[in-house]
Amino acid sequence: MKFLFDKDTWQEIYGAIRKNKGRTAITIIGVMWGIFLLVTLLGAARGVENGFNRMFGSFATNSVFVWGRATSMPFKGFQEGKRVRLTLSDIDAIEQELPEIMMTVPRISTNSLCSNGFKAGTFEVFGDYSELDMVQKKNLVYGRFLNKTDILEKRKVCVLEEETYKQLFDKDEYPIGTMIKINDTNFKIVGIYKKGAVSIDSAEIHIGYSIFQQLYNRGENIDYMFVTANEGTDIVQLEADIKLLLKNIHKVHPEDDRALGSFNMGKEMEKVTSFLTGMQFMTWFIGIATLIAGVFAIGNILLITVKERTKEIGVRRALGATPRDIRNQIVMESVFLTSIAGMLGIIFGGIVLVIIDSLVGDEPDAFMVNPTINIPIVLIALVTLVTLGTLIGLIPAGIATRIKPIEALREE
Amino acid sequence: MQNKPRDNIFMIKIEQLHKSYPIGKESLHVLKGINLEVKEGEFVSIMGSSGSGKSTMLNIIGLLDDHDKGKYTLDGELIQSMDEVKGAKLRNKFLGFVFQSFNLIAYKNAWENVALPLYYKGVGRKERKIKAMEYLDKVGLKPWANHLPNELSGGQKQRVAIARALVTEPKVILADEPTGALDSETSDSVMKLLRGINDEGMTIVVITHEHDIAELTDRIVLLKDGQILSDEHTSTYNNKIKK
Repeated sequence: MKFLFDKDTWQEIYGAIRKNKGRTAITIIGVMWGIFLLVTLLGAARGVENGFNRMFGSFATNSVFVWGRATSMPFKGFQEGKRVRLTLSDIDAIEQELPEIMMTVPRISTNSLCSNGFKAGTFEVFGDYSELDMVQKKNLVYGRFLNKTDILEKRKVCVLEEETYKQLFDKDEYPIGTMIKINDTNFKIVGIYKKGAVSIDSAEIHIGYSIFQQLYNRGENIDYMFVTANEGTDIVQLEADIKLLLKNIHKVHPEDDRALGSFNMGKEMEKVTSFLTGMQFMTWFIGIATLIAGVFAIGNILLITVKERTKEIGVRRALGATPRDIRNQIVMESVFLTSIAGMLGIIFGGIVLVIIDSLVGDEPDAFMVNPTINIPIVLIALVTLVTLGTLIGLIPAGIATRIKPIEALREE
Repeated sequence: MQNKPRDNIFMIKIEQLHKSYPIGKESLHVLKGINLEVKEGEFVSIMGSSGSGKSTMLNIIGLLDDHDKGKYTLDGELIQSMDEVKGAKLRNKFLGFVFQSFNLIAYKNAWENVALPLYYKGVGRKERKIKAMEYLDKVGLKPWANHLPNELSGGQKQRVAIARALVTEPKVILADEPTGALDSETSDSVMKLLRGINDEGMTIVVITHEHDIAELTDRIVLLKDGQILSDEHTSTYNNKIKK
């Protein structure tokens, strides 16, 4: 190992490499391209993954949303076209029947005229439970979301989506604590939130479920239910179970697919996840294949080099170089070239990722967020590369040590 | 080595040396019982036409190849079938090579070429450069120290090669057709250089097929068909030819 730290060893290698610039450049490009692709693709894949995560990140991914629609088949004496109205008792029923449900949150909604002084507009108002925050985390700009006490005490408080706030308020006006009128009733604003790229609601104003119920005379009827399952539940199966149960309760034909609407977060997420997994697998595959090709190219070029340098090696041997000296030099040349190429590839890959990042920007619906690559992965790639470089260097080095000085020096 | 004082008289001592090469199923008997003794400070040429076995002689004397039968003693050290590492070390310690086609390393300049054997000897870089410059000066090429081989003339290249052979301060210089690629004028100056080195006490063995070159040495060993035909002082040899 002493030769590794010997300045002379490096001087010999530097001399051999510097004097063969073309060869060195071509060799380096092969490996550099491989690791460059690996870094860039992995970074981009990570960026896309981050982008998806940001879109779906605010959701409990094992959720399914169900709402009632009109039937499309006659059943048990009812005509087709019967409106299915979900009720609060449905929630009790499914929670009792299906233990894998963690919680169910109901929602009611209506369009209402809302006003703040002279600014007014018709917005969709939702009656929600505070637990909604657990289904989709609200990205609050100011204040808070509805809480349990609001529901319990039927407080007249509301949470606005940012767009609604912009329409009802002047720019930079602090809204928390101000009153707005919803359907001629004054509500105090307690929070403003920003909608994500993927959202379950076109909601504009949220008020407590209980006050909504009272204000709009809704009784037991609900418009949506958000079901969140326990960890590890097959959400697709659960969706089917819930629907079947609801059809039974509401006397809907079991095969009537149009009576109930639903959106399965888990199923959507699964598609994305499998897409991401596939993409990552492909990235690794391409990157590693290119790397191996690059390393083989180095081996190949060194092999040609050894043939070209037969005479030089012979002379070195005649002048007192041991086979070990020769082998070390060839292997070190290989290691040196692969390391330099690897580092250049990582640097260029990094630069490209920075450029991509600045081009994509930080829009909320950007398809890529923070295209990065983990330092450990980079280090592992580099170590693998250098190891492969050493191994592949051993082939030409072995051939080089087998060169006998007499053969090399024989006059043609 | 001290306990074998008798062998020390001879720098090179070869007794009943045989060497054959396998060619397919046959075996080509190249050297057929060579006996040769070279004293320290001698300037000897081994002469013969192609196929006479002189190159094989050089390879064996130069430890580039091993012999089949017989005894070879170099500076009192009995050379037996040795591994590559030991061969390399002995070559580096005892021998300096001068080749027909110079065999300088194309991408190293003159002094780096001269310094190369010292690198394999494990000499430090600074000392290498001082020594290399010293020997380049000796062959009159100090001003060309930083030139690459392709910027030098044939004669200059051979001088660099001679400096490279001398730099490790070997016991024997082995020159294989040192003038083979040079015109007669440069040949003479190269031979004069070798003569000067010999005058300083260096043992030199020149392998050649040219009479003119052989005549510039002190002793001529004539080789034919793997056997020594004659082994005489140059003057005697010349007289014989004239007769």
